[in-house]
Amino acid sequence: MKLKKINWTHQYTLLVLVALSFMVSAHLSSHFLDPTYLLTASTNFVETGIMALAMTVVILLGEIDLSVACNLALTAALTGVLWAHFGWPLPLACVAGLTVAALAGLGNGLLVTRLQLPSLTVTLGSMALLRGAAQVLVGDHSITGFPNWFIGVDQRVVGPLPAITLLLVGTAVAWWAFLTRSVRGRMTEAAGANPVAARLAGIPVDAIRVRAFVVSGLVAGICGLMMTSRVGAARWDMAQGRELDVITAVVLGGTDINGGEASIPGTMLALLLIGVMRTGMGLAEINAETQHVAVGILLAASIAVPNLLKRRNRHKAVNAI
Amino acid sequence: MNSNKMVLAATAAAIASTVFGCKPKTASVVNEAPVTGTVRVCFIPKNTGNPYFDAVNNGFVQASSALHFKYTEQAPAAADATDQIPIIQQQVQDGVNVIAISPNSPDALDPAIRAAEQHGVRVITIDADLTGNENLRSACVLPTDFSKLGASQIELMGSLIGYKGGFAILSATTDAPNQNAWIAGMKEALKLPKYAGMHLLEVAYGNDDPQKSLLEAQSLMTKYPQLKGILSPTTVGIAAAAQAVETAGAAGKVQVTGLGTPNQMRRFVEDGTVQKFALWDPAQMGYTAGYLAEGLAKGTIHPAPGVTFTAGTEGKRVFGANNVISNGPLVVFTKSNIGQYHF
Amino acid sequence: MRVTGNLLRRMVRAREFGVMAFLVIALAIAALLAPRFYAPQNLRNLLLDTPLVVTVGMGMTAVIVCRQIDLSVGSIVAVSGMVVGEIYRSHPGMPTPFAMAVGMGVGVILGMGNALLVTYLKVPSIITTLGTMSIYRGLAFVIAGGRQINPNDIPARLVSLSITSPIGIPALALVALFIFLLTHAFLGWSRAGRAVYATGSNPDAARLNGLAPNSIIAGSFIACGALAGLAGVMYASRYGFVNPAQTGNGFELQVIAATVIGGTQVTGGSGTAVGTLLGCILLAAISNVLTVAHLSGRWQLAAYGAIILVAIVADSLGRRQSMKVAA
Repeated sequence: MKLKKINWTHQYTLLVLVALSFMVSAHLSSHFLDPTYLLTASTNFVETGIMALAMTVVILLGEIDLSVACNLALTAALTGVLWAHFGWPLPLACVAGLTVAALAGLGNGLLVTRLQLPSLTVTLGSMALLRGAAQVLVGDHSITGFPNWFIGVDQRVVGPLPAITLLLVGTAVAWWAFLTRSVRGRMTEAAGANPVAARLAGIPVDAIRVRAFVVSGLVAGICGLMMTSRVGAARWDMAQGRELDVITAVVLGGTDINGGEASIPGTMLALLLIGVMRTGMGLAEINAETQHVAVGILLAASIAVPNLLKRRNRHKAVNAI
Repeated sequence: MNSNKMVLAATAAAIASTVFGCKPKTASVVNEAPVTGTVRVCFIPKNTGNPYFDAVNNGFVQASSALHFKYTEQAPAAADATDQIPIIQQQVQDGVNVIAISPNSPDALDPAIRAAEQHGVRVITIDADLTGNENLRSACVLPTDFSKLGASQIELMGSLIGYKGGFAILSATTDAPNQNAWIAGMKEALKLPKYAGMHLLEVAYGNDDPQKSLLEAQSLMTKYPQLKGILSPTTVGIAAAAQAVETAGAAGKVQVTGLGTPNQMRRFVEDGTVQKFALWDPAQMGYTAGYLAEGLAKGTIHPAPGVTFTAGTEGKRVFGANNVISNGPLVVFTKSNIGQYHF
Repeated sequence: MRVTGNLLRRMVRAREFGVMAFLVIALAIAALLAPRFYAPQNLRNLLLDTPLVVTVGMGMTAVIVCRQIDLSVGSIVAVSGMVVGEIYRSHPGMPTPFAMAVGMGVGVILGMGNALLVTYLKVPSIITTLGTMSIYRGLAFVIAGGRQINPNDIPARLVSLSITSPIGIPALALVALFIFLLTHAFLGWSRAGRAVYATGSNPDAARLNGLAPNSIIAGSFIACGALAGLAGVMYASRYGFVNPAQTGNGFELQVIAATVIGGTQVTGGSGTAVGTLLGCILLAAISNVLTVAHLSGRWQLAAYGAIILVAIVADSLGRRQSMKVAA
């Protein structure tokens, strides 16, 4: 039984766009086609990517998690404070940070399922609460001086490849395998595609939703540690507004914002597209505002254009009769 | 269930690769050879759309047209250190010779700056320094002699309130290094007998956010009905304080001064809400940094404490401790001279 | 006795009761924590801190009642402020009502952009406005061309709207009050207002009843845009400058938070102007108290988050309770 029809046209379009933006970038700057540089640049998008993968599943289930970037900041702040001010060993502080991140996700999930509250409102609230908590913990200060083994995760390499980029690809493969090959993954897809039918079929839809929020929280926490390691500092205002980048990647990848249809390869392609565009435009010295505008147009167009074409075709069909 | 195990294995392998991935060999050869062709300089301000940095940018442009180096400005959308990292990487890749940066954080940029230096790009800081990590950059251009700034601000406030009464400071964020150094200087100056009649009621923080700064300035007036003045050593704060005093109809009752740009403060000075305030010329600072950048790349300037160089029409500049250049003097703006300044 | 009892019961059941209760509690805590909160000067500050959020909140209420959302309002505030500011720069004599009309006109155009994408091209509103949020922000930068609108570009008569009016209350507050009354009358008493609720609670049923959900949704986006455009002019008056990056940044979340706290359901179909007004006052009061009590900055965001969560949880529990009672 095929539960959902993957929108292949959308993925091909994305692939074409990636290729196109590659060519344009290479044309705009002669320094673009340098594998070493591109691999280094890829590390800047890993946190967004890993969070986007977890978000794909949250959105598949018809929910949304606006609190990811704030959860990221709280994990970083809490880990930093426990280590720097309370003298905890760093690994233990990391575990504590991740635990709180997962608990924050659990909180979101329980409010959404038990009280039947819309996730948009719940995570709007927890977004302020979590970042607020990070601010209460560290104020305006940066926590720095992390030991050498902890910092510079983006500079670790496996052969020629940055380790965290590999981690992103590995995570994507794992998510893809989970959703398409495992029983639980199939159940998750079913819960997203038709929650009522899934419930009747005995699938624990609510438990799956809670789990998705917990994973989303935990993943945000991991990204918090990763970003702390990457920049060597923990602050309350890390990754501000990053949740929008994450959601943009998911939606651009062809996942239906209303749930029911999701594509892990799509999310990865969209991330690649955004990454290539941003990097290429940055190299070509196109300013930050224009980069934002370009991604915004792409996002709206990714849904508007197919809808427009559909409308055209329908008109044609009607005229033919 | 087999596939579940597969997923688990894939995840574990991915995590292991991160943890046990080896750190790359650090490139030890740092290219310090002077640049022979056209020098390329990039200025990375704290954020885009900030009038203060636009003025700095103008100074760079002037220097670049005088010295014929290729100059660009690339600003992040938000004043966030993580947004400056990709820009540094892009500029390095693009082959610039010198990066002049106003760092959004004294430490979060370390890895990126270190990588830039390893690629033979010289990095200088401007307007703010990498406090505690000064060895990472070649030199730093600060707008004025920061050690004297606090005292001169107190004198400015004192002269406005007749050296008597309570006043408050409206600062940026609690951990802004420049602000804290200046506030410390102010507190030191207040110990002098000349200022014995003045007392500091509170240091409030507006985070350099106009809305928050306005709210803080309002609440200062609410909390201290006897408040004589607000001293705000930040351009966002002083404009917000002036706006708050003006809307509260307290002009003349509460004096506002500090550091501000003439363009932002012009109306308040003309309508009498603000009598005088100070600032250095940010364009001059950009101009000096432009000359420094070119000299560094060409190998004509070798920064070390005590070394001097000539910054075009601005004259001689000298490196102090930690290779810091304190640029121009403070200008005090009043109704009579504000017309001559446009930044 | 009985009449008062009924009245009390009706009050408790009213959707706005929750936020009202929160407001009372917050004000009581304010009295303990910072008695200065009640100084006339501070109450005046409070009156100045709410108008922008109230004005846009009214439009947002209509949008959310329609089961939509508008994330682009902050960027619209910036575009409108920049346009009006640029006109002031070249024509300092522009009359204030004209400036407001220009601001609203800009808002209408940008709101139409949202409406077109949502209704004609069927792009879900959260995606549409996520996209236009970036696009409109970029537009503000294009108009600015690297220069912000400085205080001396903004004429004193516009600023005076934030200082006083013929009756002593700052004119900005009166504008917001007027917008509130208008929205209240529209949503509560007009046929079109009822169509908004019908569209939000069940678009298909609304269509079957001869309503045109698409036009109503489009109308709500255009109204919300117009009000955000007006808020751009109000921003220039209140803060005395317009900056393409800072103006309206994060404003959308403030507005949505105030609307949601006021009892408007993001699932559509319910919400009132009164609730949103109270939500705006509550949020402004909290940030004001925290500032006066010297707990500013550090605690504000966390307090906001906690209040939003507590408010929606209390609201949901209250609704279940009343459903049980009804059964």
